[in-house]
Amino acid sequence: MSTETDLLDFARGPALEAALIIMVFGIFWRLVGVLALRRPRDLSEPRVRHAWLGGVKTIFTRMWPRREFRPRILHWEAVSYLFHFGLAVVILGLVPHILLIRDITGLSWPGLPTGVITFAAGVSLISLLALLAHRATHPVLRQISNFDDYFSWLLVFTPLLTGLMAYYHLGGRYEDLLALHMLSAELLLAWLPFSKLAHTVLFAFSRGVTGTIYSRRGAQT
Amino acid sequence: MTGTDTQFPLELNQPRLSVKKPEQRYDKQGEMDDTERLDRAMRGFIKDFGATAALYMESCVHCGQCAEVCQYYVQTGDPKYTPIWKLEPFKQAYKRETGPFAPLFRIFNLKRRVTVRELEEWQELIYDSCTQCGRCTMVCPMGIDIASLVGLARHGMAAAGLVPHELWATVERAKREGSPLGATPAVLKDRIAWLEDEHSVEIPLDQERADVLMTISSIEVMKYPQSIVALARIMKRMGASWTFRSDGYEATNFSMFAGDQQGQRQASLKLIEAAIAVGAKTLILPECGHAYQALRWQGANLYGEPLPFRVVQIAEYLAEGIRQGKLQLQPVQSSVTFHDPCQIVRRGGVTEAPREVLRALGVELREMDAHGAYNWCCGGGGGVVTIHRADPLRYRTYQIKMQQVEDTGAELLVSTCSNCRQTFDDGQAHFHWDKTAQSLLELVADHLVTEQE
Ligand code: SF4
Ligand code: SF4
Repeated sequence: MSTETDLLDFARGPALEAALIIMVFGIFWRLVGVLALRRPRDLSEPRVRHAWLGGVKTIFTRMWPRREFRPRILHWEAVSYLFHFGLAVVILGLVPHILLIRDITGLSWPGLPTGVITFAAGVSLISLLALLAHRATHPVLRQISNFDDYFSWLLVFTPLLTGLMAYYHLGGRYEDLLALHMLSAELLLAWLPFSKLAHTVLFAFSRGVTGTIYSRRGAQT
Repeated sequence: MTGTDTQFPLELNQPRLSVKKPEQRYDKQGEMDDTERLDRAMRGFIKDFGATAALYMESCVHCGQCAEVCQYYVQTGDPKYTPIWKLEPFKQAYKRETGPFAPLFRIFNLKRRVTVRELEEWQELIYDSCTQCGRCTMVCPMGIDIASLVGLARHGMAAAGLVPHELWATVERAKREGSPLGATPAVLKDRIAWLEDEHSVEIPLDQERADVLMTISSIEVMKYPQSIVALARIMKRMGASWTFRSDGYEATNFSMFAGDQQGQRQASLKLIEAAIAVGAKTLILPECGHAYQALRWQGANLYGEPLPFRVVQIAEYLAEGIRQGKLQLQPVQSSVTFHDPCQIVRRGGVTEAPREVLRALGVELREMDAHGAYNWCCGGGGGVVTIHRADPLRYRTYQIKMQQVEDTGAELLVSTCSNCRQTFDDGQAHFHWDKTAQSLLELVADHLVTEQE
């Protein structure tokens, strides 16, 4: 066996396992570390009963900005959506991904044609580049960005790029590119719980909590 | 100027200190070395840190959207006014000291230790340039309630003696005299006696039992005493047994804005104990936004158990009176726009009541482009109006509000918060604007259908 296939085997075997374990354990640790803190009961008289329903609602309503805010944020929000949608299509629509997910979780669903996947990956990559340029130039984003923002960006960008390259056999042997693709995706999974990428999980909690607090007061969320 | 103003001179009517470019200035209280100051700041900040605040600290994705809706960033374009950036030192301290990965951050020194110098620099961001209006909360895609985090940061700053001087002095005076503006029990008594005489109304004070405990903002006592008369007229129509109490009348709670929790609790306890003492079923909060936030939503939590009476803001009470047919109103023949006080509406949930009252007044209500929970702050909340060095910045944010009001073309501007009202008055004078903010309460009192004697 050549070293390249060794690398691929490593990527498919122990590296994947390790990445998944780190991801699951890391997310668990982060969530427990936060949610296990004190949660004092709110003793004020609620205006609205079952405020948690408002919390659940907010998880969805906060997906799109309110009319009053749109003029200043909608354009970049739209770019961000393009990226997120593209990524979701690629991750959940590509047949090899579905097979991998089936192996791990037992769940499976029909895949999408590769033309669609390629298009989605392209959209995702281009919007990611635009978002990077935005982050690097907008004064607010320059002020608040740190290592996490740029490194996380890189770790999302790389698997997308190597995936496309592997699929179209661009710039190297298929096995090498595939191994590279898998390893970079695994790095992404392992990094996720420690970084801003944990928003994939955290968003539901923080939106839900705020939605509940404000609903309890009878305020809009 | 009314007679009472000469009797009880108000500092608020003095010309404001208006240095064009104020020297960068950090205020400090108390003598202690830097290590202790820092330690106190962090302990004060962490003390009430629960799961909710920690969750917020973990969740920011650095998207920057909060900046785009904050009056300070929008008006200046200066990125330091990005809402979440205002919390940076505390966020850093949290990640390093208490977050789930704190050991990692410490071992690899991924987050530096915060310094007192940084906290001093952040004083301007945490106090002068945040009215805790909560607008940023409404846009954040992660739903982070930044305004409440600013509140926690202020706990830390207050514990470390790093509060802007005037806000600190306001709080000290309130603790010493029972009112931040010198509306002591004796002054209140005099004022009530004078108002009763002058306006031939009955204003009960220190009744032993009453169904309703009425509270008041000292801004009203000192600057807008006609509000007290309006309250008395309305309570008469409501036919309720009510009283002011000299042991619990002051509804403002600047300690809350300063971050002085001890003081906040004391101020709330006075009201709570007075209400219990008179056996009140209802405590009415006056036209004051932060009073509502402090007592309605935080009062019971500081008291330690649910309050044995209900707490309503006066606009809610007016709406009840209208619904019950006790308040019959003459129509106001004007177009009106309503300014939503942030702590009552966006962060308090009283959005409909004031509008119900305005509808009963038969006005043509012209809403501002962004209103209700999406309203722009008047720029004076969060204790900002007390901070002199923040005036130039405050006037810039006020311009948003002026423009909003102008755009409606409404004849009258009405609100239900005396802190907003004094901010409007000050801005009006500064810009020589022709609009005066009116009080919803007074508008109602002035349009009660004349009683058949
Ligand atoms: S609460 Fe209001 S003033 Fe403070 S940061 Fe948020 S939007 Fe700006
Ligand atoms: S809007 Fe929310 S997630 Fe975005 S930068 Fe501000 S606080 Fe962070």
